[in-house]
Amino acid sequence: MDLTEYIQLVFSDYTLRTITLGTAILGAVTGMLGSFAVLRKQSLLGDAISHAALPGIALAFLFTGTKDTNILLIGALISGLIGTFWIRGITAKTHLKSDTALGLILSVFFGFGMLLLTYIQKQPNANKAGLDKYLFGQAATLVESDVWLMAIVMGACLIVLFLFWKEFKILLFDKDYAHTLGFNTKIIDVLITSFIVMAIVLGLQTVGVVLMSAMLLAPAAAARQWTNSLGIMVFLAAVFGAFAGVIGTGISATQNNLSTGPVIVLVASVFVLFSFIFSPKRGLLFKRIRLIQNRNDLELQKTLTFMYHIVESHQNISHPHKIRILNNFRGYSKKSLNKLVAQDLVSVEGDLWSMTPKGFEVAKNLYNQNKDND
Amino acid sequence: MEKIAVKIDDLTVAYNYKPVLWDIDLQIPEGVLMAIVGPNGAGKSTLIKSILGILKPIAGSVSIFGKPYKKQRKHVAYVPQKGSVDWDFPTTALDVVMMGTYGKLGWIKRPGVKQKKKALEALEKVGMLSFKGRQISQLSGGQQQRVFLARALVQDASIYFMDEPFQGVDATTEVAIINILKELRKAGKTVVVVHHDLQTVPEYFDWVTFLNVKKIATGPVKVIYHDDNLTKTYGINYKVSIQK
Repeated sequence: MDLTEYIQLVFSDYTLRTITLGTAILGAVTGMLGSFAVLRKQSLLGDAISHAALPGIALAFLFTGTKDTNILLIGALISGLIGTFWIRGITAKTHLKSDTALGLILSVFFGFGMLLLTYIQKQPNANKAGLDKYLFGQAATLVESDVWLMAIVMGACLIVLFLFWKEFKILLFDKDYAHTLGFNTKIIDVLITSFIVMAIVLGLQTVGVVLMSAMLLAPAAAARQWTNSLGIMVFLAAVFGAFAGVIGTGISATQNNLSTGPVIVLVASVFVLFSFIFSPKRGLLFKRIRLIQNRNDLELQKTLTFMYHIVESHQNISHPHKIRILNNFRGYSKKSLNKLVAQDLVSVEGDLWSMTPKGFEVAKNLYNQNKDND
Repeated sequence: MEKIAVKIDDLTVAYNYKPVLWDIDLQIPEGVLMAIVGPNGAGKSTLIKSILGILKPIAGSVSIFGKPYKKQRKHVAYVPQKGSVDWDFPTTALDVVMMGTYGKLGWIKRPGVKQKKKALEALEKVGMLSFKGRQISQLSGGQQQRVFLARALVQDASIYFMDEPFQGVDATTEVAIINILKELRKAGKTVVVVHHDLQTVPEYFDWVTFLNVKKIATGPVKVIYHDDNLTKTYGINYKVSIQK
């Protein structure tokens, strides 16, 4: 199937359209909120929250006996929130560091959740099958009402971001200072954290408990590479997240129904990898290129300065000198000499070089400049 | 008699079991440029944070111009320690300085043209106008400190609390900062600075508080800045040559 065919299919096929829309919205919401988690250095919080949601799903099923997604997600939301606030409680009240608290809550809640799942498996209840889809997610089960729910959360998230943008920014950058300005940092904090929990719970059906944190982190980590503005970062993270959802769904739908959640996460990871290497300001590739360029420039300047010192002692600046004497200078290479010739700073004839008037001026200014900096 | 800008009574603060500040009584007169000196762990930063309500004291009270801090926020500006924030945060120098206007704006309202103008003025004052669009991680330590100072200037306060504004800055920046502080004092503002360099205290400040968990002494530099108080504060026989 080629791309145009697939795109036509997305618009004509109800199921595929629902899933594509759902994963796109989910990616956008988690991308936006993930930016805040990453900037607060709470990257692992997402992992802990998603794992902490599992017992909530199981308990909601045990208490109500239904498999209705909304009810199960409410269970997930409650236990996710409990897990989150316990983590905060542990770090505030004990000497344990936050990574310890996160690991503790993650494994205790996840262990309890798995215990409940195996217990449910053994129940003589025909309705039981299918809860384990929350472990790795199953995008195929998305229906229109699920997508509506995601859209509503996204709308609420956009409104809150728009209203409290300045408050979020100052809390992320300098919490104590925000407090002295009279902002109730606890309220802002709870607001951000609640939305992060909500986004995670929303993604459990599609991506699952185990991989959900990647949805939060990957788009944000990729976006951070491309910009130094918070607004653009949040926007880009949303775009990356949405595209990861759409492309991931596409790959999974066209390639023998590969499991959608993992494919989306892998696509998002490819975005991260690409950004790490190719982003112009922070990317490894351009950083490396800039480094080499800088070194070459400096080497060239130093060679020119060395020549200047030789030329300086003669009346006639264009007096030719043997190329051989340049060998005494460590930074000298045939290549750098050629470059200087190409820039018309030096001219070469046979085994003699001489400085052009232009070269003399440039070198003189370089030298003066360096002397000023000393 | 001069007005009292900050009045602290019986202030006691503890992080865990051990008190960091014990029974502090302190009055800071209006219009002084005051240094708080003391060894590491003496509670200098803690004192400022308790005055500003960032830390909750176990006992004691703080009043700013006779009223509790909560009612006087708009008269107080704060320069935290430079190391307390992540300078890789995606934002520019101008944007950080704009944060100084957030307090007076209150919730939800966004900074506008007026706030931007103020921020640019403050950047100019600290000599950082040409760096306004610079990503903050690309600034040197001294420049970052100036940005923090500009952010406090934007607050247009009557009292300024600064936590080690001279830490890790070069001589040029130090001079630039102290000149601004002296200007603030000339304008009748009260400036309280956590300071580490004992040699420069007499040159920079006119008021000093010696602190080491307890308050050792407070008063005019000319009167109380002598070896006796330094020894009491630092516990070693400290000799400092004071140029008069």
